[in-house]
Amino acid sequence: MTPLHITHFTLSSALGAGRDAQLAALQSSRSGLRQAPFGGKPAVGWIGEVAELDRPLPAELSDWECRNNRLALLALQQDDTLSAVARLRERYGSGRIGVFIGTSTAGVHATELAYRDAGAGHALPAWFNYAHTQNCFSPADFVRRVLQLDGVAVAVATACSSSAKVFASASRAIRAGLCDAAIVGGVDSLCLTTLFGFSALQLVSSDMCRPADAQRNGISVGEAAGFVVLETKGPAGGLALLGYGESSDAHHMSSPHPQGEGAIAAMQAALRRAALDPAQIDYINLHGTATPANDAAEDCGVHAVFGDRTPCSSTKGWTGHTLGAAAIAEAVLSLLCIEQGLMPQSLNTRLRDPALRTNILMQPRRVPVRRVLSNSFGFGGSNCSLVLGSVA
Amino acid sequence: MKTLWIESVGVAGPGLPGWIASQAALSGAQDFVAAPRVEQAPQLLPPNERRRATPAVRLAFAAAEDAIRTAALEPDSLASVFATSEADTGVLHRLCTALAQEAPVLSPTDFHNSVHNAAAGYWSIATGSRQPSSSVSAYDASFCAGLLEAATLAQDQVPAVLLVAYDIRPPAPLHATRPIREAFACALVLSAERRASAVASIDIQSTSEAESPMANPELEHLRQGNPAARALPLLAALASQRAGVVVLRGVGEQRFRVSVAPC
Repeated sequence: MTPLHITHFTLSSALGAGRDAQLAALQSSRSGLRQAPFGGKPAVGWIGEVAELDRPLPAELSDWECRNNRLALLALQQDDTLSAVARLRERYGSGRIGVFIGTSTAGVHATELAYRDAGAGHALPAWFNYAHTQNCFSPADFVRRVLQLDGVAVAVATACSSSAKVFASASRAIRAGLCDAAIVGGVDSLCLTTLFGFSALQLVSSDMCRPADAQRNGISVGEAAGFVVLETKGPAGGLALLGYGESSDAHHMSSPHPQGEGAIAAMQAALRRAALDPAQIDYINLHGTATPANDAAEDCGVHAVFGDRTPCSSTKGWTGHTLGAAAIAEAVLSLLCIEQGLMPQSLNTRLRDPALRTNILMQPRRVPVRRVLSNSFGFGGSNCSLVLGSVA
Repeated sequence: MKTLWIESVGVAGPGLPGWIASQAALSGAQDFVAAPRVEQAPQLLPPNERRRATPAVRLAFAAAEDAIRTAALEPDSLASVFATSEADTGVLHRLCTALAQEAPVLSPTDFHNSVHNAAAGYWSIATGSRQPSSSVSAYDASFCAGLLEAATLAQDQVPAVLLVAYDIRPPAPLHATRPIREAFACALVLSAERRASAVASIDIQSTSEAESPMANPELEHLRQGNPAARALPLLAALASQRAGVVVLRGVGEQRFRVSVAPC
């Protein structure tokens, strides 16, 4: 495919608000995970919580009040994103900029609180605004509103691959002439549904998550909001989306295909679209959730395509698994790695699982990084791989 | 956008028990008679998954299986787009009820059924399709957003795309906050490639024309009462087997003109 220029990007996560905070944490090997409770319930494992989400939304956005939209707004207020999009509106017109946002649970925490307030068998409280909080489209609609855009918009909700698939959707929409530029991103916030849900599936570690570790035993749930601007034009030597690949496992709702066959298909499709050989990828950002099953299956898949040479690691030891925002978080971290010439290590990993055959980094490398492949694999067997890089 | 070809259609709604039985009512050739929708067990799901499939998943399958029945393409060759405004509010209700307890205990099956792409996941397991699948939402504009997603996906190295739009009636107390009246689902198999089996072509473009209503008051009531039923004017045009134009409402003030021509 013709590369799509990435002319702006931002991320807010447990590592802090904005790009500088992410980079500082990567460079100092400082995890954002903490052992802390959430939502007035006993703690479920370690969490990657974003600080300073106590402030309610401004009055004109009060209909949208919920943690998820507070997080979205916090992220949009970083790195001069609002000014960048204002310039985009001038260049293209507000009706020609698409909005493609991935999420898994949107504002469900508001619904959880509404049910708690109401009590069984009663109507939900008057303060509860379903359409602007619970509904899946809410984060996309909120972003559209804050950025004053009125072109095409859609929420993509395919669990942990959501905010990677938005890159593919936006790319197709631009190619088809539905928009001329796009805001792609993802927003997912801490809620009881995912903490207790993953716990019910016995997928949450009582420890901080340790991707690729011989004794890894589950995820740490995190939250994040990130956004990227895609344009057909951009500066020489800038960053770009070089390719994307999507597939389905057709295997199981909550376990990955054991040999990583769906993952292989997604990675190969991404490489084909980017017109690259595996050897031309400098670093792979793994999905690497730290469940025994995911890391083993992904290792099979990555090894089948890349062998044992390409350096790789999961960055979920830093941010936790940010679910519908995992892919955007890892895309932005990958872009920072390209900009800075950094390959991060597999954080929190004490002893690399000897059964894993890929080249999982135990120490960071400070070397030029031109092209990164980033993997995101979700419940329902939804797989998406992105190739990000610098253009000539 | 390029011309797209419709291979087949599916529908599952009140008084609309499958495409073949519904065409006369949708085209206006016969009176529409509202009747409760008859639930069916999904044919394509293996026994374990069939047991776990919720009403929302069964609804999506009813329309999808209906479209597959008359499609010339194998189900495992199809990419898919599932468009739903609310996905599974039955599961949402059970999860939030459980979470309101002092010491919440969640059903693991309920949790993995709560993902917005649950129906898509079950569909790929049922058909063995490893093609790309997306699950999208745009509140009342979910059908239009799904159609645009399916249209662009059809032009992206896949043989054809199955588009399924579905929404169930949320249970109380959610229903008061999202009053979808009756369950409805529809499906289209569409392709960027013209095959002998195509039944119609569609061309989509942005427009400022007004959104198309349904002529029949009960069908218009259904169209306004369920996001997936916003597809009804397009289904009616396809059922009429005559050239025509329908206008669908997108997100915000956006509208899209769909020009339909029978093959």
